[in-house]
Amino acid sequence: MFTEEALTAPAQKPPASSSSSSRTNGVHSEEQDLFSEATVELSLDSPLNDRKKKDAVKPSLSAPAASVASSSSKAPSKTLEELEEEESEDKFDLNISVTNPEKVAIFHFLSFSFFKGTSLTMFRSKTFTVRRRFSDFLGLYEKLSEKHSQNGYIVPPPPEKSILGMTKVKVGKEDPSSAEFVERRRAALERYLQRVVCHPSLLQDPDVREFLEKEELPRAVSTQALSGAGFLKMLNKATDAVSKMTIKMNEQDVWFDEKIQDVENEEQHMRKLHVMVESLVNHRKELSGNTAVFAKSVAMLGSSEDNTALSRALSQLAEVEDRIEQLHQEQASNDFFTFSELLADYIRLLGAVKGCFDQRMKAWQRWQDAENMLQKKREAEAKLLWANKPDKLQQAKDEIAEWEAKVTQYEREFERISATVRKEVIRFDKEKARDFKRQIVKYLESLLNSQQQLIKYWEAFLPEAKAIA
Amino acid sequence: NMTSISEDSDKEKMRSVSVDLNNDASLVIDIPDALCERDKVKFTVHTKTTLSSFQKPEFSVPRQHEDFIWLHDTIVETEEYAGFIIPPAPPKPDFEGPREKMHKLGEGESSMTKEEYAKMKQELEAEYLAVFKKTVQVHEVFLQRLSSHPMFRKDRNFQIFLEYDQDLSVRRKNAKEMFGGFFKNMVKSADEVLISGVKEVDEFFEQEKNFLLDYSIKIKDATAKAEKMTRSHKNVADDYNHISGALNNTAADNNTAFKKHLEKCAEVFEKLRKVEDRMASDQELKLTELLRYYTRDIQAAKDLLYRRARALADYENSNKALDKARLKGKDVAQAEENQKQCLQKFDKLSESGKKELTSFKARRVVAFRKNLIEMTELEIKHAKNSVSLLQGSIEILKSN
Repeated sequence: MFTEEALTAPAQKPPASSSSSSRTNGVHSEEQDLFSEATVELSLDSPLNDRKKKDAVKPSLSAPAASVASSSSKAPSKTLEELEEEESEDKFDLNISVTNPEKVAIFHFLSFSFFKGTSLTMFRSKTFTVRRRFSDFLGLYEKLSEKHSQNGYIVPPPPEKSILGMTKVKVGKEDPSSAEFVERRRAALERYLQRVVCHPSLLQDPDVREFLEKEELPRAVSTQALSGAGFLKMLNKATDAVSKMTIKMNEQDVWFDEKIQDVENEEQHMRKLHVMVESLVNHRKELSGNTAVFAKSVAMLGSSEDNTALSRALSQLAEVEDRIEQLHQEQASNDFFTFSELLADYIRLLGAVKGCFDQRMKAWQRWQDAENMLQKKREAEAKLLWANKPDKLQQAKDEIAEWEAKVTQYEREFERISATVRKEVIRFDKEKARDFKRQIVKYLESLLNSQQQLIKYWEAFLPEAKAIA
Repeated sequence: NMTSISEDSDKEKMRSVSVDLNNDASLVIDIPDALCERDKVKFTVHTKTTLSSFQKPEFSVPRQHEDFIWLHDTIVETEEYAGFIIPPAPPKPDFEGPREKMHKLGEGESSMTKEEYAKMKQELEAEYLAVFKKTVQVHEVFLQRLSSHPMFRKDRNFQIFLEYDQDLSVRRKNAKEMFGGFFKNMVKSADEVLISGVKEVDEFFEQEKNFLLDYSIKIKDATAKAEKMTRSHKNVADDYNHISGALNNTAADNNTAFKKHLEKCAEVFEKLRKVEDRMASDQELKLTELLRYYTRDIQAAKDLLYRRARALADYENSNKALDKARLKGKDVAQAEENQKQCLQKFDKLSESGKKELTSFKARRVVAFRKNLIEMTELEIKHAKNSVSLLQGSIEILKSN
């Protein structure tokens, strides 16, 4: 049923309906359409890019490979440039949208379907739709997080669970707040998926492909609610970890130190900004409500007015105010979806970034612990030599060799994760700037539209006012 | 803390409810400026006249709000004005809002940045000025209603108010003792019952009664709802302000290309705030103030009906007294005289009342027309400003 819908929709969409969507990667959704289509369009897909992308991404699926080892800390500035260059060339063509939330009465879960049009050769068909539950999305996150977080990748966090919101929907309440909840969740899931597929490494992950393609997914079990509290714990760990770092400061470490501080600051600012935008959403909703109430009151006044022309003008004024109320409603929705949710997403994402730094610290700690253990083993060997216990000596030598290997391994892993984190943060910063710019423009455009409508309404009313006699 | 305004072109637009009240060149009154010391506002009442009843052709006097109230009350108490709609007294200057803000500003000074403090101070001054302008306007209109009325303009106390170059406070105190506010102190709720209870034979007054009773409820409601709407609008403007500040703070800590976008966005919100603020306050000045004023004016019209209803009740009582006297055969002449006077009074009230209520209708329609047009034109102007502001900013952001 929705497959048909899905297939026809991309054909209808005009290719360049807005210049911004073809230049930047990100959301371009149709207005007034629940089943809005998300377009992630970057540059053209070419075999050269494909191959280069595949090469660059391979290391994420297997053990540290040669290509990554070259980007060690030996020549930091050069590596950084290379990394940045690689980033700018990672482009692909993939449309994703999350549409058609429907409540399946029997099983009481919200099922989302999404369709994609893609020209990526790795996918089997061009356009297809699958149905997924919210817990499937959480399950996907769990899997990705398990695999990639420890390597320093920024795994986008999924939307939060909401017991209250979901209960209302389950109970079958057909009221505006539950419709709002469904829309909010749908939009959040769409953004979540877009971020996942935007990530060059995650896109290659077989779990992601399975999620996007497979007809029926095995039910995800034990999906821990990624609550606000859970995230907070993660954030605190990262900042604590940085303060524990006592190895000598080299250029790389200064970069990380400054970065984590920047992330901290930015997160604080975003939280404050988010609070204010939420206030705006509420006040705008209030304004909408008060305008509606005022409109009714003016209509009453008009009906009571005994001068015919004035009576007519007042009822026209009531109609204008009614239309303005609609504008305010729509604007409140824009305030929320375009601005407020953007900030909420990034607050969570910055949490994920901190998580990366945390992972790096863990790797460092592992390395340090191994160094300490090696030291202990060497001391133990020295003691044995002095005590002259030849039989135990061999064991000690074996252990030393074991720990020497571990130290080397952990040191390499630490360097690898450092490089990944660095690359990820650069990619993240770029994406964030693009995202914000696009959303800010979209938001301002919504305000612009609103004001233009306002002019129309008032200009239509002016002759009515002048007609009073 | 002194604020003063002087003649400026804004004043024309400010006079939201006075419609062509200064037509007659023989007596022209305005309030060209006012001083605000703490809470006390000192209005400068300026008069230009060709009437010989005044000592000079042009003069100015300082007056306080209480002086206006005194003048209003003396007019209300004057029997011969019972058949007129008495222009409603101007409300007391209410600086509660700005005062509260000033308090908050003082308390929060230490926790704010210099920019935030300066911005808040600016807002506070603007709000103060808005309240100030409104109160000057409403006091001015009161005087102009009096000067444009054929009977009130000749009132002795009105002349004293305009001319007397000494402090009026002594007179005010005496007046209070003399009248004791007898009309004013009557329970207002009795009005409704009395007016509705009157058996009306006159079609005109029957219609007027029904109209005024209904309209007064509706316009009071509309005023309250308009006030709520304007408050919400101002809250939105406030939020724009806070968002702008937060964006600037975020930009300050940022060292990437992102910084520019944030700063630009902060700038847009700051400018939008100004426009939204103007939209809200213009709507308030043109629409809410209009509704407020006519709520008071409708009440003044109802008061006229009340006085007439009382006169009718008096007349009916005098009829009953005459019948009783005739029955008893005692004090008949006196009762007849009383009845005649009651009838005369009632007829006089009815005649002038009809004229007043008719011209009131016309005045109301003209005022509504003027204000609705002006409000609409202003809203269009502000929306157009928003549009060009937003278009410009979107251009810049897209091109970066």
